[in-house]
This record gives sequence, C-alpha cells and structure tokens, in this order.
Amino acid sequence: MADLTCKIGGITSPNPFWLASAPPTDKEYNVVRAYEAGWGGVVWKTLGEEGPPVVNVSSRYGAISYNGTKMAGLNNIELITDRPLEVNLEEMTRVKKNWPDRVLIASLMVPCEEDAWKSILKRVDETGCDGYELNFGCPHGMSERGMGSAVGQVPEYINMVTKWCKEYTKKPVFVKLTPNITNILIPARAAVDGGADAVSLINTINSITSIDLDAMSPTPVVDGIGAHGGYCGPAVKPIALCMVGEIARDPECKNIPISAIGGISNWHDAAEFIALGAGSLQVCTAAMHHGFKIVEDMIDGLSNWMDDKGYKTIEDFRGLAVPNYKNWGDLNMNFETKAVIDEDACIQCGKCFAACEDTSHQAILAENINGERKYSVITDECVGCNLCELVCPVDDCITMVPTPSDKPYMTWGEDPRNPMNQAKKVG
Amino acid sequence: MSDLAKSETDGSRADIETRRLEPTEYEKNFCDVLTPLDRNTAVREANHCLFCYDAPCIDACPTSIDIPSFIKKISTDNVKGAAKTILEQNIMGGGCARVCPVEELCESACVRKTQSNDPVKIGQLQRYATDHLFARDDAQLFERKASTGKRIAVIGAGPAGLSCAHNLSREGHDVVIFEARPKSGGLNEYGIAAYKMANDFAQKEVDYILSLGGIEIRHDHALGQHITLDGLRAEYDAVFLGMGMGGVNALGLENEGLEGVGNAVDYIASLRQADDKASLPVGRRVVVIGGGNTAIDMAIQIKRLGAEDVTLVYRRGTDEMGATDHEQEFAQTNDVRIKLWAKPRKLIGDNGHISAIEFEYTKLDGSGRLIGTGEFYTLEADMVFKAIGQNFDAAPLNGTLDISAKGKIAVNDDGQTTLNDVWAGGDCTEGADLTVVAVEDGKKAAASINTYLSA
Repeated sequence: MADLTCKIGGITSPNPFWLASAPPTDKEYNVVRAYEAGWGGVVWKTLGEEGPPVVNVSSRYGAISYNGTKMAGLNNIELITDRPLEVNLEEMTRVKKNWPDRVLIASLMVPCEEDAWKSILKRVDETGCDGYELNFGCPHGMSERGMGSAVGQVPEYINMVTKWCKEYTKKPVFVKLTPNITNILIPARAAVDGGADAVSLINTINSITSIDLDAMSPTPVVDGIGAHGGYCGPAVKPIALCMVGEIARDPECKNIPISAIGGISNWHDAAEFIALGAGSLQVCTAAMHHGFKIVEDMIDGLSNWMDDKGYKTIEDFRGLAVPNYKNWGDLNMNFETKAVIDEDACIQCGKCFAACEDTSHQAILAENINGERKYSVITDECVGCNLCELVCPVDDCITMVPTPSDKPYMTWGEDPRNPMNQAKKVG
Repeated sequence: MSDLAKSETDGSRADIETRRLEPTEYEKNFCDVLTPLDRNTAVREANHCLFCYDAPCIDACPTSIDIPSFIKKISTDNVKGAAKTILEQNIMGGGCARVCPVEELCESACVRKTQSNDPVKIGQLQRYATDHLFARDDAQLFERKASTGKRIAVIGAGPAGLSCAHNLSREGHDVVIFEARPKSGGLNEYGIAAYKMANDFAQKEVDYILSLGGIEIRHDHALGQHITLDGLRAEYDAVFLGMGMGGVNALGLENEGLEGVGNAVDYIASLRQADDKASLPVGRRVVVIGGGNTAIDMAIQIKRLGAEDVTLVYRRGTDEMGATDHEQEFAQTNDVRIKLWAKPRKLIGDNGHISAIEFEYTKLDGSGRLIGTGEFYTLEADMVFKAIGQNFDAAPLNGTLDISAKGKIAVNDDGQTTLNDVWAGGDCTEGADLTVVAVEDGKKAAASINTYLSA
C-alpha cells in the first residue's frame, strides 16, 4: 500500500488532496464534513480585513455543459468570505484543535498596506493554522478594489507582500497566483524572490461562461446584467498543467514547491500534476459538482496506481515528467509516427475519415463495398497528427505506431531544412 | 364484430363478454406504449450519436432520412430543424417513429450497436422531433410551388398515397385521393395497435399533410365500385395506386365460418374505431394464429381488453416469425403465451360457435420443408383470430395492368406500372409491408410522376 503522505513547504498532510479556498471551505460545518470524508487538508475560504463588509450578490455561478455533461467548466462571481472575521477565526481554531493531523491553511486577502498584512497575520496566527496562502488570484470583484488578481498581475506587489508576510509570521507562506497574465514565470519568480515557501496555482481565469440569449446578458445573470467571473473546473486543467510545468522546470523558480489547482477531478488528474512537479493538489469544482465523497476514489485510485507502478511514496514519481516538458525547438524532427486502424475493432462510424479528409491530410481511404464500410490509412499521406486516433470512439482501434528509424535525434535548430541553417551554409 | 358478439346469446358455451375490465383500465391499457422523451433525456440520447460519416443508419432507413443530422440538431436544441430534416425525406416521420421496426432498420445499423449493443434510440428521437414540431403554431414547413394545372388521382389515403400526394402537391400539382374507408390514414388509422398510435395521432398526421393544400380526399370511394381505373385515367393526368392489400388469407380449413372465428385485421380495425373499447366482445380464452406483427398486435390488444388466456400459435420458430424480437418480447411481457412449431388442423364448434382448435406439431424435414409430425394437441378457445397474412385483390383493376408473380401490381424501379400514366406503391406492390416502405414508394413515384408531367 503506497504511502500518500504529502510534504510541501514545511507542512505535512496525510494525503495530497486539499480543498481549495472557495465556497466548500467557508465554514466549520463544511470543513468538518470534508475531513470526515477523508480530505487531507483545506485552504479556508479567503479571510479579509476586519471592517469593510464583504457582501455577495445573489446568482453567483455559471457553468458550461459539454455534450450533455454538466459543469465541464464553472464560473463564479463570489467574493471572499462574507462572514465576520471573528467567527471564522473562532471556527478555524476549533477545527484545527479537533483535527490536528489535517492541514488547515488560511487564505488571506487584505489591501496592499503593510499594517493590514501585519495585523491580520497576528490575529490568524492564533488559530493554530498550518500556514497561509496569499490570495493574489481572484479575478473578479475584489480585484476591482485593488486586491486579488490586481496584486497578482503586478510582480512588485507580489514580491513586496510576500516579504511582509515572511517577516510577520513564522508559518509557511504559499502565494496563490493568477493565470490572468501573459507569462506565469514573472509572478512566480517574484514570489520566490519574496521568500515564498510555495506557490499555489492556478486561480480562476477571467471568463464569461455563456450569454443568456433571452436575457441577452452574460451568465450568471444578476438582475438583467452580468459581470465576468473566474473560470475553473475540468476545462481549465490543460492551462493549469502548462503553468505548473513552466514553474517546475524554471531554474529561477528554484524548485519552489507547488500546490496545484485547476480542474483536478480524479486521481488520474492528480497523478499528472504530481508527475509535473506538484506537491499538494487543491480541488474545488469536482467537490462542488459531486460532493466531498469523491476524495475516496482520489485516494484509493492514486494508491492503487502507485502500487501498480511500484511507487511507494509521492516523492517516488513527483516531477518525473518535468525533464520531458521541453520547448518545441527541442523536439526530434526525425521522429515519425503513423496511424494504424484495426479493422476488426472498427465500428464503421467514419469519424476518422471525416476528420482527416475535411480537416487534415486526406490520409484515410474510405471504401463502401456493398454497404460494408472500410477505412484504412494511406500511410504515405499520414503525417502522424493523431487526430484520427483522438476522434475514434473505440478504445485502441486506431493506434499511432512510431516508424523505426536509424536517423539521429535532430532538432529544428539542427535541421538542414531550417532556413537559418541554409543561410549558414551559403555564408 | 357484431357476428362475434352474437355468441353471447347463441346457446353455445362460449365465454365472450364485453366490459371485462374496470372502466379506468382501458385508458391505462391503450395509452401511449412509450413515454415520449423529455428534453433532458432526448439531448442525452442525442449525444450518444457519433454523427457518423456515411452513416450506416441512413442506408438502413428506407426513406434515407439524414439521421445523424437530425439527431445533431436535437442535441443543439434546433428541434424544429430536426423535424424538417426528417419530414423532408419522410412526411410521415411522426407515424414511422411510432411504428417502424427500428430494431431491424436504422437502430440495427447504428454503430453504437456494433460497438456495445447500445444503439442510439433513433425512433424515439425522431418522435421527439416530430412531436415538437406538431405542437408548434408554425408547424408548416413546406410550401407548394406555383400551380402546374396538372391533376393526379391517388387511390388510397394510406401512407403510400398520402406520401405521394404530399410530394406531388409540393411540386404544384393538384391531387385527389380516393379512399374506400370513411377515414384517411390507411393502416395507421385502422391497422396499427392502438397503444402505438395513441391520442389520434394518425389523424393529426393526415391533417398535417393536408395542411399543405392542393390535396382533396374523397372518402367512401372504392376502386371498382365508385370509380374505375379507366375512368380516372381519362380524367386525370396521372394515377397512383396505393390501395394496400384488401384480402385476408384463410386457413383453408372446414368450419372457418364458425361464430367466434375472425380475421385479426377486422377486429383490430373495430378496436381502433371503437369510441368505447369496453364495448368490444372479448373471449376468455383466445387463440391467435400467425407470426407477424398483426398476430402480435392482435394477441396483445385482446389481452389488454381483458382476455384471460391468450395463446399465439405459429407454425415455425421464433427466428422465422415476421414479428421482430422486440415485438415477441413485448407480447410475452403482456402475458401472451407463444407456442411455436404447430399448425391448425381442425376448428371444433359447439352450437355453431368455436369451442376449440386442434393443432398438429410441425418440424422441418431433411430438405427444410415444413411438415406435420402426426402429433396433435387441442386448445380450448372462445375466439380464434387468423393473422396469417393478407393478399392483394387485383379484381377491381379488371386486368388493365400487369400483376407480378407474387400477385401484386408489377412496377419498375420508379413505381411505374405497365401503364405509362399509372404508378403504384405500398403494400399493393412487392417489397416489405412496412409503413416506411410505403412512404418511400409514394415519394419515389411522385418524383417519377413529376418528371413525366414536366416532360
């Protein structure tokens, strides 16, 4: 039985599955239910400074369904916690006392003033929480008040606030990054330079999930109009993976521990993020869609997979995919793969043909012999794009088979077809 | 069925009664057999469709409906568009959605069946789309072209005739349909099991077809009685024959005239037309002879009218039955007993009324021919229904055109008969006796007639 213990930024968790700072972690009642269900930790819904009230609107979420599957992507316009700071702190104190082995991280968002951060850290330290996550990510609402992603989009602010926090608390400080920037490495490096113990990413992405075509308004519709929200859920996973990978492989980020967030819905997603360097995994949409019980399969599935692979601990496979995440210019121009269709497995849907004929390289031959449809690859025309394999509804019916080759590994930089190399030759 | 009802007073011991059920049970037993899909279920089912290229289901549909396209439209809530895709190919797509043996046609060819024996529910989706259209105020999707001044006579207001008429009217021709019965719809109105055509759908579909305009129906006009083919040919620019099969096959046994012995098609017609199903005479023990869908419909419906024991006897095995597996199973779940490999030998009467029927077991001999085994059994019966097929009655045509070897009207690929201004289609010509085939025949003939008239 694999050991799922997770150590990240000086914090130890019985398993890597945490609930992200969001509605599911807004209060003691939910958090206790989550711990009872088996979650290794929670990041409490973001606390703000005492004083100016946070008031949420009614009608807060929008989602996209894809081909009948609900909540492929979720969007929210909720703000940070709208409950009094005192109530949150009291509950957090009690929860941590009752569940000492579980991780409890306080997410914070206060104005970019040193006193504000100093003051809240002092108060939250007393709850006994395991660490902090600085919310520099929320792209809606709070950012209009100069917080959240408004901070995350200014590396200097990230750096400054991180330094303050490291000065005013001894507990680990995670910096939560917004994906609403052009290069994730800039804010990540600012956090690393500020002394962050870990980064958490991604926060939600600026989004309008849909337009209500009757109301002619973005959803969620609030009294006839809508605002952009923060996008999350399975649809954002590829974006999150890419940003996590960028930081994991960046020498300037100095192996900063990563708490990965973004569409993680099952153990498979979790294993992928860990392979790409993540330490802990934060989940929100999947829990909001299915309830806390989903963690059981996350733990069980990851454990069984690790047993099958012979990985005894998370560290055994953490980051194994990082060295293989390269730039396009590092790829082997001499590698060739070709589609092969298993005619016995083929159900004659013709999706491979339509995809290849209409949108790719006309490399599939369609024959209809007395009503029996036959689809085969014209190997010479196949460029190995994978599209047919991707659209085929039958498992293992279309496989991509690498062509054996004696040719050396050759990048585009080394490729004689590269005009730069031709220029050199001529020169 | 008044002759059957007589047995109540004829002195025989036959147990035949009306009102065998509580009044509320009739409504329950004859309402829609399938619950129509709601939007949620329809969209989910539509998303099961792979939107195949060169989809095998289209080939399997006699009317070549672009099934993947209409299903895609359902998945995007373009339900009116879906209905148009269906009705453009098959104007009776609503009826066909209810009566087509989809498990042998489109759904049998569905790649999801090949993949996991879980075909897309094409029939139910087709019904979802067409029901949606019929419920709209702007249901009319078609427009007549400018009038050509040509007039076509159509014999029979069944699926073949209606389909032909609608397609001709769209081309701007004027059509007069002559129908022998007092109502239009053919077997959809008189022959299909009531629970498959609930809520008077057959008439709604006829009304939809007629709403295009340019089609007049004259009821109670039978060929050979009120009109003749020669007369119509003289008066009209072209004639389409879609009168179906008028004759019913007999057992060829003595005593077929006994009270209580009847044709399934006649009983079903009375059932379909009955204002009060409780008024129908129902035997306690009923035997149905035959293996097609009519036999199944007969057996199930009389069971649902309150018959205690219903036995369907077929001379061969389940594989040879004309009724689909789905229909056979439906009969069994309706508590109809199916007995195979036996043929009727003797109808036994009691005071002029059927009381029992003797069967001989059958088997295939070495050459695959069906023979009796010489062993017999007898079933007591208060009613016996014959459902061993129908035949085409060519007499009203007076030998004016050629009849095929199988006794039906001979036509070429366009549905044209040996008379160059007369076309025919549906059950009066060869081919599968299916509503959907009749609709295709009518459509094909209309195209050919249009070409002929435009020449």
